[in-house]
Amino acid sequence: MPRQYLPVLVCIALAFGLGTVLLALSWFAGRQTGGEAKRSTYESGLPLLDRSRKRLSVIFFLVALDFVVFDVEAAFLYPWALVARDGGWPLFWAIGVFLAFLLAGFAYVWRKGGLEVRPPAAGSGTSTP
Amino acid sequence: MAELLAPLLMIALWAAAVLTAVVIMVWIERRMSALMQDRRGPNRLGPLGLFQAIADAAKFIFKESLTPAGVDRPLYLLAPLLALLPALTTFVVIPFGPEIEVAGERLRMLVIDTDTGVMLFLALASLGVYALVMAGYSSNNKYSLLGSLRASAQMISYELALTLSVVAVLVPASSLNLADVVDYQVGKQWLGLLPGWNVFPQALGFLVFLVAAFAETNRLPFDLPEAESELVAGYHTEDSAMRFALFFMGEYMAMTTLSALGVTLYFGGWTLPGVELPAVAAAIAGWAGDPALFGLALSSWLAPLLGFGVLIGKVGLFLLFFVWVRWTFPRFRYDQLMRLGWKVLLPLALVNLVAVAALTVGGVL
Repeated sequence: MPRQYLPVLVCIALAFGLGTVLLALSWFAGRQTGGEAKRSTYESGLPLLDRSRKRLSVIFFLVALDFVVFDVEAAFLYPWALVARDGGWPLFWAIGVFLAFLLAGFAYVWRKGGLEVRPPAAGSGTSTP
Repeated sequence: MAELLAPLLMIALWAAAVLTAVVIMVWIERRMSALMQDRRGPNRLGPLGLFQAIADAAKFIFKESLTPAGVDRPLYLLAPLLALLPALTTFVVIPFGPEIEVAGERLRMLVIDTDTGVMLFLALASLGVYALVMAGYSSNNKYSLLGSLRASAQMISYELALTLSVVAVLVPASSLNLADVVDYQVGKQWLGLLPGWNVFPQALGFLVFLVAAFAETNRLPFDLPEAESELVAGYHTEDSAMRFALFFMGEYMAMTTLSALGVTLYFGGWTLPGVELPAVAAAIAGWAGDPALFGLALSSWLAPLLGFGVLIGKVGLFLLFFVWVRWTFPRFRYDQLMRLGWKVLLPLALVNLVAVAALTVGGVL
């Protein structure tokens, strides 16, 4: 059974091989001069103001949570898609109940403002999304 | 023998097509944008500037491959390699021709003929997020980090709408295998004159798929991850020479494979309405005297090749549309982008899914 997925591994090897060859080519063919100033982190021409790994807007975590909740529910729809025709109306109403629960959760998140992405007020110490 | 060789030959065919598409698309993008902006575009190298892509490639090779100070080296090295991964793997489940007979066995024209089909495509396509996150995090640069955060939030948001619009196509076909999805669209007509493509009954689902596809490939008007006016170059700010080229290639190849998925789901894939490709192939082979190649008669392997040509032709139209849109619409603001994904596309995809399911159970589709 897993044998039929071997071509995926071949493709992965192809992708990595191609990428490695191209990177190596540019590594050896390109002129490497380097230099302290050249290697410094890019900050639009200014000296580096502060570190880059600082606090981030909470919005991104909210989006990630929303995604986990709804994508897992969407994954349940795939097996249903296979049998939707054979299942007839009873199965249609069954999945309707499932979707109704999903929609109730969606409406709740919407009402709570979980889908809002707004720039935070200035000076709050977080970065804008 | 055939079962080992056939997948390798198909992968070679796909990889060649996808890589060639990148070269041609670079030229088309530059010439078409010039056309739309009333300027000339690259026209010095070769006829119509066709060799510009080769010059670009040479430039990428001979530029300095700089590794900035303060990067997270293992991740920094791995990121551009991962950028190629989704585009060069997802085509394994896309069918490209009528089935042929090799050594007495029926062989369907897709690399992996499996029941998980579309699931495999979506799973492999989702890996693209890792490349962007790793590139942004490892660069140790604010612009890169913000770009990759935006990219990951955007891609997972639109993946939901994409997934739901794809499910709606699978419901009437009752299969996850894309070859079955194509078979479902063959040999029927809508309203007595339109071809049996899914795009007609599922115009709404196609619209959702199309918008989500633009967001998934980070193309304008959804290229927030690399918005020049705010983030310099986004997640690849610190990437030079070939490292940048790999991200660039990954984007164009992802456009190609996602277009191939869209064509297969909504536009009948490799088929042409009213044209029997095996019959056409047999006619051509009969005219040429049916020479054999590698022990296979021309009439048997020409049909899949024709099917591949048809598929690539349709994908080409999709890609032209990508370019057309890019040079027509301005960029979205980030909160507008997220609102469109969650509050418009997701409900629309659900409405489409329920409607399609009702029509399927009711016996219309």
